[in-house]
Amino acid sequence: MTVETKLPYNNEYIEQISTNRNEPSWLRTLRLEALEQVESLEMPKPDKTKITRWNFTQFKHEFTEGEAISSIKDLPEVLQEYFDQDNIPENLIIQRNNSIAYATINDDLKKQGVIFTDIFTALEEYSDLVEKYFMKDAVKVDQNRLTALHAALMNGGAFIYVPKNVQIEEPLQVVFWQEDAELALFNHVLVVAEENSKLTFVENYISSNSEQETIANIVEEVIAMDNAKISFGAVDNLSSGVTSYVNRRGVAYNNATIDWALGQMNDGNTISENITYLMGNGATSNANAVSVGRGKQIQNFTASIVQYGKASDGFILQRGVMKESATTIFNAIGKIEHGGTKANSEQESRVLMLSPDARGDANPILLIEEDDVTAGHAASVGRVDPLQMYYLMSRGISKEEAERLVVHGFLAPVVDQLPIESVKKQLKQVIERKVY
Amino acid sequence: MAGSVLEIKNLHVEIEGKEILKGVDLTIKGGEFHAIMGPNGTGKSTLASAIMGHPKYEVTEGSITLDGEDVLEMEVDERARAGLFLAMQYPSEITGVTTSDFLRSAINARREEGNEVPLMKFIKELDKDLNFLEIDQNMATRYLNEGFSGGEKKRNEILQLMQLKPEIAILDEIDSGLDIDALKVVSKGINKMRGENLGCLIITHYQRLLNYITPDYVHVMMQGRVVKSGGPELAKRLEAEGYDWVKDELGIEDETVEQNA
Ligand SMILES: Nc1ncnc2c1ncn2[C@@H]1O[C@H](COP(=O)(O)OP(=O)(O)OP(=O)(O)O)[C@@H](O)[C@H]1O
Ligand SMILES: [Mg+2]
Repeated sequence: MTVETKLPYNNEYIEQISTNRNEPSWLRTLRLEALEQVESLEMPKPDKTKITRWNFTQFKHEFTEGEAISSIKDLPEVLQEYFDQDNIPENLIIQRNNSIAYATINDDLKKQGVIFTDIFTALEEYSDLVEKYFMKDAVKVDQNRLTALHAALMNGGAFIYVPKNVQIEEPLQVVFWQEDAELALFNHVLVVAEENSKLTFVENYISSNSEQETIANIVEEVIAMDNAKISFGAVDNLSSGVTSYVNRRGVAYNNATIDWALGQMNDGNTISENITYLMGNGATSNANAVSVGRGKQIQNFTASIVQYGKASDGFILQRGVMKESATTIFNAIGKIEHGGTKANSEQESRVLMLSPDARGDANPILLIEEDDVTAGHAASVGRVDPLQMYYLMSRGISKEEAERLVVHGFLAPVVDQLPIESVKKQLKQVIERKVY
Repeated sequence: MAGSVLEIKNLHVEIEGKEILKGVDLTIKGGEFHAIMGPNGTGKSTLASAIMGHPKYEVTEGSITLDGEDVLEMEVDERARAGLFLAMQYPSEITGVTTSDFLRSAINARREEGNEVPLMKFIKELDKDLNFLEIDQNMATRYLNEGFSGGEKKRNEILQLMQLKPEIAILDEIDSGLDIDALKVVSKGINKMRGENLGCLIITHYQRLLNYITPDYVHVMMQGRVVKSGGPELAKRLEAEGYDWVKDELGIEDETVEQNA
């Protein structure tokens, strides 16, 4: 039976990739059911951005192996600037196209039962554990057409699992490197922190295709059980040829914390949603995100924290710098559900425009179903303050350098949240490159 | 030649179409300390802003030169690198930029590319000046002026003066909002810089600053002009008697710039 779809990928294709990879049958079923729903589901509808003409369905999907990286000492040039050679993280996975080029993990963590591996290895070795969380509580297969497509065609990703009471101080880092310029990335990251555990995760998305066009369809699920604490950092740096859909969702139970620090530095058209559900009492989330828009790039960033638990705390902070004729919409939505008494919800979105042709919009939205709560929001879209420029220049600093200081300063409240020093440095470099 | 010469001739300045300065003449040489006093709203800050190149102030007539070079032709940053410094009455707050990063950029802006100040040297000198001005070390890592108290902002301006070592410094109400101890510390900083390589223009309302920093010359500004000049004794008389006698002497009726009709 074939599914009626404009996609070049059908049931047989899905069966074949699933069999080739020896996937558990639950995943094969999930993939096939997802494919069946693709046509009937709606495309996502990011507020204030029209994506009807964006390409999300034309791409190359064949399995493409990436060459292994034998020693971290001779990293391919593209990757070099992403690492501090003297300070290579101990827990590191590098995914190159559809395969793993490099992977290390600290032995102690292994002994404590920490799982830090690519998604396909996880499916082979920990199928039950993955099944328990995969597209269940955070992102649903039938959320929209793209999530269904994602489930059907997932071709990469990582699985991170930290058992109960295990507290990890050293960060876990994964680099997703799309070396093949035409290959579509259907990447799935699943992070699970069991009760009273703690972890820091950082990921990088890298590609260097500006000529060829392809897509990235990224779904990431972050689950924090009671009292768990997850610090999640990302630097998205896909190039202008990639049209991206990024869906990052978190679920936090009693007294759990999920903190996001997202550097959204893609050069292509991007829609990104980052939703955190504070299910438990006393759950907390800080959703910090920065972006720099340049060229003709169109982007939409929607961050939302949905608060069910009592005395939960949600804080969204978005900062964007727009240059040339880039267009970016920031939506920050705080939602307190019925029963979420004593909850606190705050949103702040600020956009700095560096060019008269750039367009930016900041929309903080509060939806409150409960009386006994506190909330606040702030938004601004503005240009560089001439008085600040005057002050800096009056100390001899050139106009360009003064503007650079103001821009970095504007983004600093988010950049400084990134949990790994080297990644923070790297994000600053990416910002530097995008702004100048 | 020791020190620089700032020469202001027949300076007329407008802000948003309103003429504030109506012909100011003033020359400041290296080694000289000048004080400018005068009632509120008579154009003292306007003079300081026009010298530094504030974007809102338009010079409509007259000239400003530094060692013969036309200052009015220079961009704000060029003026600073030429040797001018203005401690502002209301310094800007710059979110996300630490005092120390800012200072390092300002110092490096004065040096050739590839000849940036070595980090250790910078930190050492900064620590020295922070100690001298009795400023908490953590101010260096705080965002520039953000959340600083009035007095902390003023100290920070003097910290910048000490770090940047200009030829000509203009200090606009550096004493306002300072408690007595802070006033002493700030004066100590300024006096440490005093020497034949620094010319200084101190705008103040109060003799108490001039008790610590004795000026060589005192000028009175009214109605957008320097209407009277003298030595340190002039400031003392103003402190004791106010401005009425100056007005009487010069036949001035309204002490401020006349209000827009
Ligand atoms: N944007 C503006 N539009 C119109 N008038 C202005 C503007 N800015 C300043 N002024 C006026 O210019 C005049 C001079 O101001 P200035 O700040 O130079 O006074 P000052 O002598 O420094 O006073 P103070 O002692 O209070 O600091 C004042 O009357 C002020 O109201
Ligand atoms: Mg003034």
